[in-house]
Formats: sequence, structure tokens, C-alpha cells
Amino acid sequence: MNVLSSKTNESIDVTGSVEVQAATIRRRRQRLVVNGLRVLLLVVIIGGWELTTRIGIVDPFFWSRPSGIWQQLVTWVTHGTAQGPLWAQIAITLEETILGFVIGVALGIAFGVLLGRNQFLADILSPYIKAANSIPRVTLAPLFAIALGLGVQSKVALAVVLVFFIVFFNAFQGVREVDRNLLANARILGASRRQLFTEVILPSALTWIIASLHTSFSFALVGAVVGEFIGAIGGIGLMIQNAGATFNANGVFAAMAILAVVALLSEALVSALERRLLRWRPNTVNDITI
Amino acid sequence: MNTARPTTNSSSLPQNQASGGEPVIELRNVTKRFLTPAGQVYTALRDLTLSVAPGEFCAVIGPTGCGKSTTLGLISGLEPPSEGSVQVMGKPVQGIDPRIGYVFQTDAVFPWKNVLNNVASGPLFRGVPKSEAFARARDWIARVGLAGFEDRYPHQLSGGMRKRVALAQTFINEPQILLMDEPFSALDVQTRTLMEDELLHLWSSLSASVVFVTHDLEEAISLADRVCVLTAGPATVKGIYTIDLPRPRKVAEIRFDPRFVQLYHDIWEDLRDEVMISYERTKQQNQ
Repeated sequence: MNVLSSKTNESIDVTGSVEVQAATIRRRRQRLVVNGLRVLLLVVIIGGWELTTRIGIVDPFFWSRPSGIWQQLVTWVTHGTAQGPLWAQIAITLEETILGFVIGVALGIAFGVLLGRNQFLADILSPYIKAANSIPRVTLAPLFAIALGLGVQSKVALAVVLVFFIVFFNAFQGVREVDRNLLANARILGASRRQLFTEVILPSALTWIIASLHTSFSFALVGAVVGEFIGAIGGIGLMIQNAGATFNANGVFAAMAILAVVALLSEALVSALERRLLRWRPNTVNDITI
Repeated sequence: MNTARPTTNSSSLPQNQASGGEPVIELRNVTKRFLTPAGQVYTALRDLTLSVAPGEFCAVIGPTGCGKSTTLGLISGLEPPSEGSVQVMGKPVQGIDPRIGYVFQTDAVFPWKNVLNNVASGPLFRGVPKSEAFARARDWIARVGLAGFEDRYPHQLSGGMRKRVALAQTFINEPQILLMDEPFSALDVQTRTLMEDELLHLWSSLSASVVFVTHDLEEAISLADRVCVLTAGPATVKGIYTIDLPRPRKVAEIRFDPRFVQLYHDIWEDLRDEVMISYERTKQQNQ
């Protein structure tokens, strides 16, 4: 009767076999080649940039050069920036980004779930939401600067607006796409309305919501930086603004490099969160045929 | 040689159900209409009358798309009838009855829960304390032959194993009425025969009444006490056949029984016309 207790795949030990060893070596060699080529590409780009500015093909006054950017970063780290120590500027921008991200995500999920569950409300509001979404929202930056001042609030507001719509549409869609069979099954098994929501609708929508978090964080960063361009008393955006105003191309590139590091770190954090919350999903890593 | 003859509802209690008694499920002159998104009325069931006795295994068979699943929707309380009455245990159906279990055609196990949590869902939804719910879930997981797979997620299991999870998930609630909507139609033939045997085994320990919807006549005869043939949509009962094959049955072997062949022949006579009607209709629609 019980077919599953028979010999499974794992019970046959093949780890030491020649085929497996060969496949492992092949895989390791391929990884080495990919990494090597990546480093080579970086060297070519950085070296080419440096070289062309050195021999006069590209003017470093406009396009900067790697050594100049590095110099600028060292100066900022050791002597601080024009607005104060470098870490303080990073902290300001990060604060604005994270606040905007968190508030935007919370509002986006709340409204997305509300409208996803309430067809009537969704029908009434849908043309307005579409209209609001079609407006390029960075244009609100000057408005927020006027209304909320040069402090953190105006940047947070811009980040919130940018993040909100992304998360909202994903949460909305996620709630609507819940498998009807799963809902019916949960109801038959005895789930209450609240349990239907927490046990079926929310986990199902989470796939969509988390997918939107990747783009959301970079949009929050855009909101904070653009807000700082318009008017601020600190932050990386202000540093870029100042560097641009004083024809300091090195400064612009150096600040961009800092932003890139911040964005990559946050991306890694979101990916870790995704792996943690969506453990139940099939992973996309393919098996290797031996 | 006795041949199977379509019988009427009132005289069709199965032989092994000596006590008989009140029918557990009773559909009387039920009609179900849907409004399609295009604004047209679609009639799925028309004047359907069917009753199921306590502990009886009733198979409902009919051509594809004739409204078999709709019948289950009505009994479970997921859908109300447009006309007629649906009674479960002597009372009209109002909402979802906790005494009913439902195994769906497609995969309906929760992909974000592991096997243990999936099987424990029912008791947990119904407020059973966690430790007890998990203990019962472990017991049922072992009974369907999945011991050792408690912490796997559905995507890590084969189709047959997921079906076992679905069975355990339903049986753990100890339903008195079991509705099954072509539960094994997506499985390969070998797995299917195994699962059918497993179902009969589990059912014998549960003494629930079963309504088993299928389009496979062989499956219907091997499992059921009674086979109810529906017409091409809008569906109504065309004939009801009592399956007097002895129990316990072995699904893989019973189909070679001469009585099985006889029953198959008789019911197929009835079913064939409906299948042809349904086929002609889809052909016309596609032209």
C-alpha cells in the first residue's frame, strides 16, 4: 500500500563517483572563468577611462577620471564634505530613503489590499488612481519643498509618493489573483473570514508585494536624492548638487559611487528578506546534468 | 444472468446499506443558472433529483463540462441553487457545513505551507489547540503514507503525493460527507489506481457518504455503490445503476470481473449518447 517507503534517490550514494567529480570540476572551472572575465571587464573599463583622460582623448574636467574620483572619496572620508562629515550625509539620505520606503510600502499594502478586497471601492476609485499614476511624480518635488521645508519631511514625502504606487498596484493585483480553488478549499476546511485573509490571501499576495520591494527601494532612493537636489541642508543629493554647481565632475561621480554602494547593499537586504519569506517557492537554480 | 437496469431514486439504496434510513444528501428538482460575463444565462443543471444514503459511495458520471462539479458546489454550500432544494442531513444547506469535506480537481493545497501545516489546517482553522492539531496531522500523514515528508513544501512533492496531502487534509476533519471532484484525473494511470485503492481503504475506516464526480466510467464502477449518469449539459439524471460488486475491492483487479464488464457495457450504452451530444456541441462551437 505504501509506495513511498521504497528506495528513494538519496539512498544511492554516488558522491564519490567519477562522473560527479568531473561535473564538480567542470562547474568550478566555469565559475572561475566567469569571475575572471568580470574582473577583466572592470579593469578594461576603469583602465580605458583613466588612459583616455591621461592621453587627452577625453577631457577629465567634464568626464572626470577614476583616480580623481578616488582622490575625492579619500578627501571626503578624511576631511569631510562641504556640509560636514561624509557619514552624516549618508545618514541623512539613508534616513529619508528608509522612512519614505517604510511609509510608502505600508500605505501601498494597506490601500492595495483594501481595494483588492473591495470591488465597489475599486470601481469608484480606479479612474482617479490611473490618472494619479500617469503624472510623473518627481514633479511634486518643488511642491513638497515649498510645503514641507528643506528638512527631511519633504524628501520623505517624495519617496513615499514614488514608492506608494508601485507597491499599491502589486498588492492590489496580488490580492485579486488569489487562486479561487485555494479560497474554496480554505472555506471548506473551516477558515473564518479573518483566517482566509491571514492564511490565504496575504501569503498569496506576498509574492507580488515582495517582487515590488526591489524596485521600491531604488525609487525611494531616487525620491530622497531628487528632493535634496531641489532644496536641502544635507545629504548625498546636496553633495551632487554642490559638486555640479562648482564644476566638480569628480564630486558628482564620487557621490554616484556612494549611492551605488548604498543601493546594492539594500538590494541584498531585500533579497535576503525575499528568501526568508518566500521559502516555500520552488527555487530557480537548475540541476546540472551529469 | 442479471443485467443492471436503471433504477429510480426511491428504490436504489445500496445492498450493503441494510439500515437505509434518511438520505444524507438530497437534491430535489434542482436547477442552477449562471450569468456569464457576457450577460447571457447559462444553465448548468436542470431539474436534477438525486439522493445519497448514509455511508454510501455514489459516483456521478457524465460528459465533460456537463455540470458535475456544480452539483458538488451546491451540496458543499459554496453555491446556492437557483431553483429546487438541497438538503444535507435533513436540513436545507445554508453556507458551509463543517461536516463536509471536499477534495478538489486541481491542486488546492496551500503552496506556502509545508505538509504538516497543510494537513493541520482544518483543525487549526476550527480552533483545535496546536499540539493536538499537529499530533492528529502527523497521524494522518502517516496514514496516507507520507511519514518523513512533514516539512516538505508542495512544490517538492510529486502530483500523487500532493493528492495524498489533499486527502489527509480533508480526512483529518473527519467529514461525514465527502465530496470529490475528479480528484485523480490529473494523475498517471498507475498512480491513479494506487490512489483509488488508498481512497477505498481510508473510506472504509471513516464510514462517510461519498459523492465522487468523474468522467471515467471504469473509475466510477470500481469505486462506487451506485453510479449516477448525467446527461450532457444542462445536466439532469439519466439513469442510476447499483454496483453490486463485492467489497473490499482491488481496483486494479476488479475490472476483470465478468460482472464489472457487464455493468460497464450497460452503463456505457447510456453514457455514450450523452458523450456524443456533448462532443457534437463542442465541434459546432469550434466551427
